[in-house]
Amino acid sequence: MTTTLDMTATDLRAVNTTLQAAARAQANEDYEIINPRGAHAMACGLDGPLTVTIKGSTGYYCAGMNKEATVTVEGSAGPGVAENMMSGIVTIEGDASQYAGATGHGGLLNIKGNASSRCGISMKGIDIVVHGNIGHMSAFMAQKGNLVVLGDAGDALGDSLYEARLFVRGSVKSLGADCIEKEMRPEHLEILAKLLEQAGADAKPEEFKRYGSARKLYNFNIDHADEY
Amino acid sequence: MDKTPQTEPRQSWTFSNSINSEIRRAADTGIYDIRGGGAKRRVPHFDDLLFLGASMSRYPLEGYREKCETAVTLGTRFAKKPIELKIPITIAGMSFGSLSANAKEALGRGATMAGTSTTTGDGGMTEEERGHSEKLVYQYLPSRYGMNPDDLRRADAIEVVVGQGAKPGGGGMLLGQKITERVAGMRDLPVGIDQRSACRHPDWTGPDDLEIKILELREITNWEKPIYIKVGGARPYYDTALAVKAGADVVVLDGMQGGTAATQDVFIEHVGQPTLACIRPAVQALQDLGMHREVQLVVSGGIRSGADVAKALALGADAVSIGSAALIAIGDNDPKWEAEYQALGSTAGAYDDWHEGRDPAGITTQDPELMKRLDPMAAGRKLRNYLNVMTLECQTIARACGHNHVHNLEPEDLCALTMEAAAMAQVPLAGTNWYPGKPGF
Repeated sequence: MTTTLDMTATDLRAVNTTLQAAARAQANEDYEIINPRGAHAMACGLDGPLTVTIKGSTGYYCAGMNKEATVTVEGSAGPGVAENMMSGIVTIEGDASQYAGATGHGGLLNIKGNASSRCGISMKGIDIVVHGNIGHMSAFMAQKGNLVVLGDAGDALGDSLYEARLFVRGSVKSLGADCIEKEMRPEHLEILAKLLEQAGADAKPEEFKRYGSARKLYNFNIDHADEY
Repeated sequence: MDKTPQTEPRQSWTFSNSINSEIRRAADTGIYDIRGGGAKRRVPHFDDLLFLGASMSRYPLEGYREKCETAVTLGTRFAKKPIELKIPITIAGMSFGSLSANAKEALGRGATMAGTSTTTGDGGMTEEERGHSEKLVYQYLPSRYGMNPDDLRRADAIEVVVGQGAKPGGGGMLLGQKITERVAGMRDLPVGIDQRSACRHPDWTGPDDLEIKILELREITNWEKPIYIKVGGARPYYDTALAVKAGADVVVLDGMQGGTAATQDVFIEHVGQPTLACIRPAVQALQDLGMHREVQLVVSGGIRSGADVAKALALGADAVSIGSAALIAIGDNDPKWEAEYQALGSTAGAYDDWHEGRDPAGITTQDPELMKRLDPMAAGRKLRNYLNVMTLECQTIARACGHNHVHNLEPEDLCALTMEAAAMAQVPLAGTNWYPGKPGF
């Protein structure tokens, strides 16, 4: 059975309180939110198995710090969707604004449309699949995890990258400091195949190029000062 | 033999021996100097203020007999569970990574025994710190190292760090030599590499965004936790006003004497304003918004004694925060390690190469052998003693000024010894009824 919460009749606090209590109860229930009207901080801080479908677009920080829950936005998402996500699955049927998946530690963020600038900034283990294009400075200082882009990437991809893996099928406008194209080895194809399948993406791993850190900026060296 | 009188060799003030040594070091290495601590230059400070004490128009309270309260509540604006402290002195945010686990435990123990809070830092929350801190403020920093919703919920308050006094506008760098497996694991980065802490938050820009970020943090924590916003001493009037606008329960204002684990010396010494210069503009911003005492102001940066605490409160702060002084209390720069400081090319009282991880006192290090030198229980007791002394000193002054609560101290209790201090604190120059910029003069 699906419980419906209507945001014309229920305020944000009540919606989140209901969802957070259900997640904590480990009840694995289904919830549907109607008339979200771009509300901020919707379905954030869920820390248990729960399925939430939002019928419309959301504002900032939807599904922030998500743990275990499955959240689907049947619309577009504002800045910082699934920021600092720990686990679970967050799906955006439309486009995502800036900082999608910022600092995420785990789980899958699946964006069916495009993602704006700084997608995956400082990501720490999350997997992000973007079916469309991503904006500039994506994966800036990205530490761990995988960013998969079926379309094109904007300027300065992977600037100051640490150990995150970036897979792009289309063009890359420019690479950021210390980000280089790397050999696609069998283990990478395997990771990519799994992520594409999980995300329901219509693409083959062999169509992608892999980008990663040159690791030249890992320890400060005065000879590399011109890189910054 | 030539007996012509010789002019005594004269050192240049501009090119002093200290300046020249830095020029030579820069020429040899090609890199700027990085160090820990806060500004070392002399700036107008609390020492430039004096309390007037009671006289014909003010009645003092009896020392050792009449009560002088010190309790403070932080986070009364929106939080369901404000923080109640016995004393108006808190422990500032310092990271596990820059500090050893024993040092963090000692800070927690000392603060708890004294009835106050301590604060995490860049690098997340450790079990030692949470376990030994009855009241723990969890810092929300641009790097988000170790950030997770579980720790957010088990914190007693959340401090969104926008800046710090040692380096307003700067991020941080924990050098590879301090990145052990444990530190690296908490930060999701490889062992041994330099770990950059960003200067801007990754998912918001400006006070309008921050307001929404704070909404998210409150929604995740059931509106229970007080939300602090920490700013460096840059533009205190506007920074405070915008922090209030963004929804802060508490504003933490850190002047340029506030410490850092590792930053360029040129940044520490040349960016930001002295603590003394920051307080009155911040208080003015709160008063202009009708928020003074409703949004609490915590001041930090160079607080050393109960007199400093009393002066900060008299200028309008609700509490103060200490970092460097707390480290000294638990053993930092103790002369008993002088031989080792000398071996490192420094001396007790001046040692500031905290980023190198070779601290003889076992505080700013991750070296297991050095860390063992710091007994967290004994160090915690020292911190408690020091906090108690500061509180007693502050009470002594408040009673002498006729106040039964340290929060009743006010600018009218003060005078200034210098023109600069008078202008910054907006209290009269001693012996006059005037300060620079006073309306009507």
